Amino acid sequence: MSERKLPPVTQVGMASLALIVAGGIYLSAHLPQHVALGPAIALLAASALLMAGNLASLARVQGFAWDRFFAVGRWSLLAYVVTAGMIEFVFVHNHLSGGALVVLTLSLVVFAVHVPMLIAFTVARNYEPADAVSADGAAADGSAA
Amino acid sequence: MSVAAQAPEAPPEAPPHGPVAIPEFEVVPRKGLIIVGIAAVAVIAGIASNKLWPLEFLHVAGGAAWTIIDLFLGLILGPIMGSMSIPARIEFTTKLMPKMVLIMPTVVTMTLAAGWQLGIKTGNVFSYAPNHAWVVASFIVVGVMAVIALGLLEPANIAVLVELKKRRPNPQVIERLMKRFMYSAGILGAMQIATLVIMTKLASG
Repeated sequence: MSERKLPPVTQVGMASLALIVAGGIYLSAHLPQHVALGPAIALLAASALLMAGNLASLARVQGFAWDRFFAVGRWSLLAYVVTAGMIEFVFVHNHLSGGALVVLTLSLVVFAVHVPMLIAFTVARNYEPADAVSADGAAADGSAA
Repeated sequence: MSVAAQAPEAPPEAPPHGPVAIPEFEVVPRKGLIIVGIAAVAVIAGIASNKLWPLEFLHVAGGAAWTIIDLFLGLILGPIMGSMSIPARIEFTTKLMPKMVLIMPTVVTMTLAAGWQLGIKTGNVFSYAPNHAWVVASFIVVGVMAVIALGLLEPANIAVLVELKKRRPNPQVIERLMKRFMYSAGILGAMQIATLVIMTKLASG
């Protein structure tokens, strides 16, 4: 299998996740005091920018196995939306409100989109055109279950 | 050389260079989703009730499972798998990895969600708590572990299983992904020792 030149999606994704984790730690470390949201917003914005850049750089890749990417990505997205929903429930249950809730909710959106993207990318990058269609014309079995 | 002498070297039913048989498996074991659902409901109910015992149970049970699995996988099973023959490794992988797809996200979510609620209830997460620095240290350790687990380990776990589902799996891809999985698990195992130090310190007051 020849190695294709692909953008550093995993590295950028991990950097993006590290930024929202840092923002979350910053906010939680100051509870219950009032905390300036500026640093957390800056970290979230940088994380979201990295995610957007990651999506844009991946979208430009020629011959990428997008069918595999979306087949795996949609199930991963479902799983991580459920996880993010549980975390959001904890925030709301503890009467978190205002700017902190907005920042943490948007951080969860980045988390719930970026992690499935990393999973789908890791799967799809190992697909060659020959893998997409088997000898009998059916899709080679790479289905997610 | 006689036929009898050749027989032990190349038994006709096991050709030395034949394709490796891959057992049937599900990437995501559907039956296991029932247990995951039960665990998720238990976590939500535990948090909604905000009672000490359910929160303590979910946090300690989940955390113990998470720590032990990471340590065992990274430091014991990983090196053992590395020394196994290719067919044995593939068979083991197809049995272990689908379970890991369900177990790890479940125990991590259970531990962190219940742990946060427990920290709110006991006041440990608040900045005025006497051991607050240790709590922040645990946030940092868990944060680093989360980035490694979500960015490297979980994608490798899924990708190796999808690769094994292909009609012609690429051994190099499987090798590379399994190495990534095992190295990540090893790092997480080592970091779990830091978690154990912090958590025992917090529990001791």
